[in-house]
Amino acid sequence: MSEAIVITSGKGGVGKTTACANLGVALASMGYKVVLVDADIGLRNLDVVLGLENRIVYDLVDVVEGSCRLRQALIKDKRIDGLFLLPAAQTRDKTAVNPEQMEELIERLKEDHDYVLVDSPAGIEQGFRNAISGTDRALIVTTPEVSAVRDADRIIGMLESLELSDPALIVNRIKPKMVAKGDMMDISDIMDILAISLIGVVPEDEYIVISTNRGEPAALAANNSKAGQAFRNIARRISGEDVPFMDLSDTENWWSKIANFFRAK
Amino acid sequence: MFDFFKLFKRKEKSKEVAHDRLKLVLMQDRLAITPQTMENMKDAIIVAISEFVEIDEQALEFDWEDTDRNKVLVASIPIRSVKRGASQAGGTTKH
Ligand SMILES: Nc1ncnc2c1ncn2[C@@H]1O[C@H](COP(=O)(O)OP(=O)(O)OP(=O)(O)O)[C@@H](O)[C@H]1O
Ligand SMILES: [Mg+2]
Repeated sequence: MSEAIVITSGKGGVGKTTACANLGVALASMGYKVVLVDADIGLRNLDVVLGLENRIVYDLVDVVEGSCRLRQALIKDKRIDGLFLLPAAQTRDKTAVNPEQMEELIERLKEDHDYVLVDSPAGIEQGFRNAISGTDRALIVTTPEVSAVRDADRIIGMLESLELSDPALIVNRIKPKMVAKGDMMDISDIMDILAISLIGVVPEDEYIVISTNRGEPAALAANNSKAGQAFRNIARRISGEDVPFMDLSDTENWWSKIANFFRAK
Repeated sequence: MFDFFKLFKRKEKSKEVAHDRLKLVLMQDRLAITPQTMENMKDAIIVAISEFVEIDEQALEFDWEDTDRNKVLVASIPIRSVKRGASQAGGTTKH
């Protein structure tokens, strides 16, 4: 059975595209057939994060408008078996497609992929509505900052009213040293406020910058960066495995807080 | 002068400040209620109740309580005395 998952956030720049690319790579490495859909029309990015920008011929809007066939627009990643990208249009804007067209597109993609991951634009406007159309579940990305968590709460509320229930949270860019000093909110602070389930914690990692420069996602098997490992763990949780949360801290303190949080649940 | 007690006064961690600010701002977001609306609501409740009982306005307390994603308004209203003929009072007001 296949599943369509939208990766979204309220605030921009929190790591949706990074998460989408890495989760796609990780799920495909596990043997699943995966298609990544860039729904950020007019601001396409997923192609460069994946290093596939030079291979784009057709895009999502071409498919929706019938200017090409779906198969023609899908770019196959040559590094990993079973990974495909449907790029966004760059010269159009979010009004070029509507939620009904997106829903139909996602349905078609689900027919021959195990996972359809949709990279959503930030915010609560039409682009977001397009991105969530036809998806079965939502992953919400936030950073441990007041503004990002606040905006995540808005999105959770909207998803509830749109009946995309049970979203899960990815907390990105955690800095264990700052958490240990009490200068960054920790996971329990955030979870206590948002009251949804947690699917992953990704540390701030310079390797993300390096891998994005190269167009080689950190989750590619060949490297052992902490962020890459964190994304691989999230991918396994998506597929239903029960994977323990990794210890990001060098201090006992922080870890025991997380452990306590889960014990309390 | 050397302030001995300063030694023990703990400065609040910035993450605690962040957490508290978030809680407050989300309460307002989720309710979609402005602080001004809150005040107006409080006044309206006082007026409504005062028709029946004499209350101690100074000691009045309003609070929100969390139940998962829902909010419960909890009002603590100290009553000085019940007004004479309170049970009929409602009938005399215009509707
Ligand atoms: N864990 C991390 N460690 C270090 N840098 C990160 C991490 N996650 C994301 N970044 C960086 O943050 C920036 C924003 O990430 P990204 O483009 O994935 O966010 P986005 O949510 O898709 O943004 P937008 O809302 O504009 O689509 C990028 O430069 C990315 O490399
Ligand atoms: Mg993006």
